[in-house]
Amino acid sequence: MFETLILILDSTVRLATPLLLAALAGLYSERSGVFDIGLEGKMLGAAFAAGAAAAVTGSAWAGLAAGILVAIALALVHGFACITHRGNQIVSGVAINFLAIGLTALLGQDWFRQGGRTPPLSGDGRFTNIQLPFAEALRDVPVIGGLYSELLSGHNLLVYVAFLAVPVTWWVLFRTRFGLRLRAVGENPAAVDTAGISVTWLRYRAVICTGILCGIAGTYLSVAQSAGFIKDMTAGKGFIALAALIFAKWKPVPVMFACLLFGFLDAAAIRLQGQEIPGIGEVPVQAIQALPYILTVVLLAGFIGRAVPPKAGGVAYVKERT
Amino acid sequence: MRAGQLPRWADYGLMPAINVVAAFLVSGLVVLLIGENPVEAVRILVWGALGWNEGIGFTLFYATNFIFTGLAVAVAFHAGLFNIGGEGQAYLGGLGVALACLALDRFVPWWVTLPVAVAGAAAAGALWALVPAYLQAKRGSHVVITTIMFNFIAASLMVYLLVNVMAKTGSMQPETRTFEAGGRLPLLQTILPGVDFGSAPVNLSFVLALLSCLLVWVLIWRTRLGYEIRTFGASPGAAVYAGISPVRITIVTMLISGGLAGMMAINEIMGSQHRLLIEFVSGYGFVGIAVALMGRAHPVGIILAAILFGILYQGGAELAFEMPAITRDMIVVIQGLVILFAGALEHMFRPLLLRLFGILAAPASKPA
Repeated sequence: MFETLILILDSTVRLATPLLLAALAGLYSERSGVFDIGLEGKMLGAAFAAGAAAAVTGSAWAGLAAGILVAIALALVHGFACITHRGNQIVSGVAINFLAIGLTALLGQDWFRQGGRTPPLSGDGRFTNIQLPFAEALRDVPVIGGLYSELLSGHNLLVYVAFLAVPVTWWVLFRTRFGLRLRAVGENPAAVDTAGISVTWLRYRAVICTGILCGIAGTYLSVAQSAGFIKDMTAGKGFIALAALIFAKWKPVPVMFACLLFGFLDAAAIRLQGQEIPGIGEVPVQAIQALPYILTVVLLAGFIGRAVPPKAGGVAYVKERT
Repeated sequence: MRAGQLPRWADYGLMPAINVVAAFLVSGLVVLLIGENPVEAVRILVWGALGWNEGIGFTLFYATNFIFTGLAVAVAFHAGLFNIGGEGQAYLGGLGVALACLALDRFVPWWVTLPVAVAGAAAAGALWALVPAYLQAKRGSHVVITTIMFNFIAASLMVYLLVNVMAKTGSMQPETRTFEAGGRLPLLQTILPGVDFGSAPVNLSFVLALLSCLLVWVLIWRTRLGYEIRTFGASPGAAVYAGISPVRITIVTMLISGGLAGMMAINEIMGSQHRLLIEFVSGYGFVGIAVALMGRAHPVGIILAAILFGILYQGGAELAFEMPAITRDMIVVIQGLVILFAGALEHMFRPLLLRLFGILAAPASKPA
């Protein structure tokens, strides 16, 4: 029983990582007043770029760099449309999702001719699992040993990066001048403008932060978790991340717990496939898969707390002119 | 015409045209990037879609889907709402159609089944839009987010139903049994004498789609409700002062929108597949966004945009056959670019046009 629990928690961590990175990515953008339903597209684009670059160069790091670059490029398209040209942020996000799905499949087939996949990665082409110190020595210690050596140790670098990004994001947003301004620009851009700070430049920096984290999230999918890019491999993770972001009311630490919860549901769904639970019977996998979305809708309905988005979210800022 | 404003024809005709042309130019660049000739690609695409009878039939078949999903998005646009959940609403619409057909197809002819199926499709689609609509109207939850969530919930629900409840006995396929003649719409070529669309499944739903366009036009521009919808969309504040209930308009508009999205299933399920199957919506709901944006949320524009996307879908299939390097994913890229240029970047060329018109108008308006 304990072993099973550890195993489920272990896969929870693996499944929550891309959600966490993408949700934190969305946090920067949305806190600055730029809604982003294009997390999915940026992740997918990054996953493809990372898989392709890692396959060609044989280096996971080159993959990471390519993934981040592509995600930033897509984030800048979003910024160009929504910040510079004051376009509709939802429409722009939808466009980016389409572009990513189409371009990754099209270019993937053209470049590698493997039905949209990138060539399988091995060795240095992937981020391999890291054994934390003393993991082997402590393995036999009851409870703590299992927790440490199975749950905490033995993940790849990007998993640790993702969980490290939580306190970093908290610190950046709530303890730095940049973070204060970023949050202010999402609540009341006119005030920030009055203080002589460029709303445009601040929001562009926010979407670039989003690009970086989406890039890491995509890279994790194709270069760390799997050994190569598969067509449409994000499969809605960007939207679950968005749900997690809303579920956590746009706050970094709750975002982590929301992602862990949704990751746990995913892990449990895989584990429970076709199994009977005593007393309940067979739980349909689809019900568990739909649970993150249902929970988010229930939260949005205001039945468990209230999710209030940043006040200026979704609205382009128009500088007053005389 | 005031300074800083474009003439109406430029605003409603020229600007969208420029935006779409920009989207296609960038698409051409993508084709170049793959190392194919864009001009040749366009030639194959247009010929594949319009050059032969069967091609035209398929083009109109796809256009039927896009008219329904496009109208769904457009109606919501008029009330300032963004219904991104067409995908899920159409999926549920399929359930409504299938239930009607499965119940009636063995007993009555198709023209008795049709009204029931239409009612089923519209009701199921509308029902799936009701919860997001209610939450937007009463609790202020953003309709975009809730409709996205409902797309995923719909997908899970339908997989569950098709695998565990509705699958035909003795089959591993997640699909219902095939409908008998009473659950099949006649093809257009059997209704219209002298027309031959080959094996293309374009059917009576196309007429239904055109009829829906007319009804939507009447609704939006010729009825009291339509006026209220447009007022609410243009200025919610003013609408409240005019005695228009935001709750009522939001819910009613979303119900109409969801119902229209659900109607798409008539074409796909009753007109072509003749059974309910998994993932039959396959992105048509999302294309509706591009169609509505391109058609400027006007039924006539939507018909034109839907036919254009029909051409892209059918021609794209031919293109993938003739130029294997350009897979059908190219269509998705073009969709993305159309949404980007005609939607998010719709005002990008406005300053340029304003300046151009300013230069052109300057000599004429100079005082003598």
